[in-house]
Amino acid sequence: MPERIVVPFGPQHPVLPEPIHLDLVLEDERVVDVVPSIGYIHRGLERLIEKREFTEYVYVAERICGICSFMHALCYSQGIEHIMGIEVPDRAKYLRTIWSECSRLHSHLLWLGLFADGMGFENLFMRSWQLRESVLDTLEDTTGGRVIQGTCKVGGVRRDIGQEKLDEMHRALDPFEEQCRDLGDIFLNDETVKYRLQGLGVISKDDAYALGAVGPTARASGVPIDHRETGYAAYGDLNFKPIVETAGDCYARCVVRVKEIYASIDLIRQAVSEMPEGPLDVKVKGTPDGEYFSRVEQPRGEVIHYLRGNGTKHLTRARIRTPTLANIPPLVKMLPGAQLADVPVVVLSIDPCISCTER
Amino acid sequence: MGIFRMTKTVLRNLAGGPATRQYPAVPARRCPLTRGHVAIDPATCRSCGLCSRRCPCEAIRLDKEEKVWEIDRMRCIACGDCVEGCPFGSLTMEQDYFSPVTEHVVERYTITYVKPEKPAKKPAEEGAKEEGVGESA
Amino acid sequence: MTVNEEQTTISVALDDLVREVETLRTDGYRLVQIGCTDTGGAYEINYSFDKGYQYRNLRLTVGPETEVPSVSGVYWGAFVYENEMHDLFGIPVAGINIDFKGTFIRTAEKYPFSVTRSGGDRCRNA
Repeated sequence: MPERIVVPFGPQHPVLPEPIHLDLVLEDERVVDVVPSIGYIHRGLERLIEKREFTEYVYVAERICGICSFMHALCYSQGIEHIMGIEVPDRAKYLRTIWSECSRLHSHLLWLGLFADGMGFENLFMRSWQLRESVLDTLEDTTGGRVIQGTCKVGGVRRDIGQEKLDEMHRALDPFEEQCRDLGDIFLNDETVKYRLQGLGVISKDDAYALGAVGPTARASGVPIDHRETGYAAYGDLNFKPIVETAGDCYARCVVRVKEIYASIDLIRQAVSEMPEGPLDVKVKGTPDGEYFSRVEQPRGEVIHYLRGNGTKHLTRARIRTPTLANIPPLVKMLPGAQLADVPVVVLSIDPCISCTER
Repeated sequence: MGIFRMTKTVLRNLAGGPATRQYPAVPARRCPLTRGHVAIDPATCRSCGLCSRRCPCEAIRLDKEEKVWEIDRMRCIACGDCVEGCPFGSLTMEQDYFSPVTEHVVERYTITYVKPEKPAKKPAEEGAKEEGVGESA
Repeated sequence: MTVNEEQTTISVALDDLVREVETLRTDGYRLVQIGCTDTGGAYEINYSFDKGYQYRNLRLTVGPETEVPSVSGVYWGAFVYENEMHDLFGIPVAGINIDFKGTFIRTAEKYPFSVTRSGGDRCRNA
């Protein structure tokens, strides 16, 4: 009977972008069991609704996470708008869609870089982040902030993108797409990458559905859920299909994200060319009274903001369930069977965003 | 061959030079919309208090009798709500970030706005009432 | 393309909880989240399920010390939400498959979100 040892992984680890702790039970270098533990950056943001009015809470919602920040603000604003019955003008919806897809692009490029770093391919890591810089420059030119955009508000958006900037973005998309395709080609077709990733961390379709996996983790196993299909913001008018793979291993998750980069570029191109004219926001009168579950597709999966108001300026409950929290059970099922040296790659393949998980 | 796909990118990068800037020796990239820090023009502020009410972090404090406008730089998140809300245009968003400091910074500005005297109400009299306009503060 | 999204909420009693959850499981719903709200003296626990973007909620109202049965026998991944509910609100849950016994989320103060337990203290600093 081989001896079992317990190795603690994290919270400080060179490949982890954020602190999560896993206790790995090993038998001679193979993992047989995993116990996760979180709580290292719990900030108690859900209780800040008692101090910040509902219009000011957007700023708090943006700062839950640095990578998916725009979509938290979007989900929160959509929830409040639904409770209060506010209809956002079309131009604001298209602008929100463009910024959401830029967020998704920059998040996936960041993830590709971290993933390459986790595998040991540092040159590819640097190249992915170099491409990400062009997306961040675009975000800064249009919103004023590279990481925290500060443009979504209850009732619309705060800032406009002028027509010359839109034309410039449209022209810059083609060379950018070519560079992204070169990068994606390395991830999809390089033999060393394939050898490292195929067959690792497999999770079947039924398991993924039963455990509640969301986002690319679920889509890589064949479960076709993508909340952009419900048509919030301007997605109802744009043309796209969710990207689904069937293998369920780390390589499939990588393929899903690379293909989503191409799909995002296409969505931005469509939104920029079809942008309608009109006002940017609607005046917000009154206070929210009621409850709603607002759902949005973040780069990592489905995020839910449950908001409840009782007619005063302060909400009574804001519950935020982020996709990484739902992806932890699949992680616990994926890890047994992997070698110790492959654990960072498997953990990174679900794209952990722990600051979201612990708000 | 399946394993040398990175070669083209590597050669291009070697020929192209470094992609990073030597910040802080070289100034950082800024654009007109960059939200750096909030600046006030004290000569135009009329102490209405809208900026203080709109600030989501309670970083601005206004004292009307003492004519003092304070901003706590460590609480300010540079969201730009105060700049949008000021009806007289005295607040602007500058593009440079506030540099790191070693102690808590609260900046105070004395408001130097002087309300101009109202001109006389009788339009028939020509130049009869000359109250000195705009004395220095 | 736009899919019509509906959200329905049904109230459920403590004894019927596990049976209702099993019915939803055999229907093909996936567990989305388990959330808790503190409403003055009682807790409201929302179990959310989704199938094809149609959203279903089971709502359970319990007092402060009532023990809630765990649904992790039906949905294996529910242990994350139930441990979080216990660590943040102090609701005792019986029979979780991986029970962390209070160490899942390590906070400086026990049960920080539960206003009922801590006697109604609001946020201290702005």
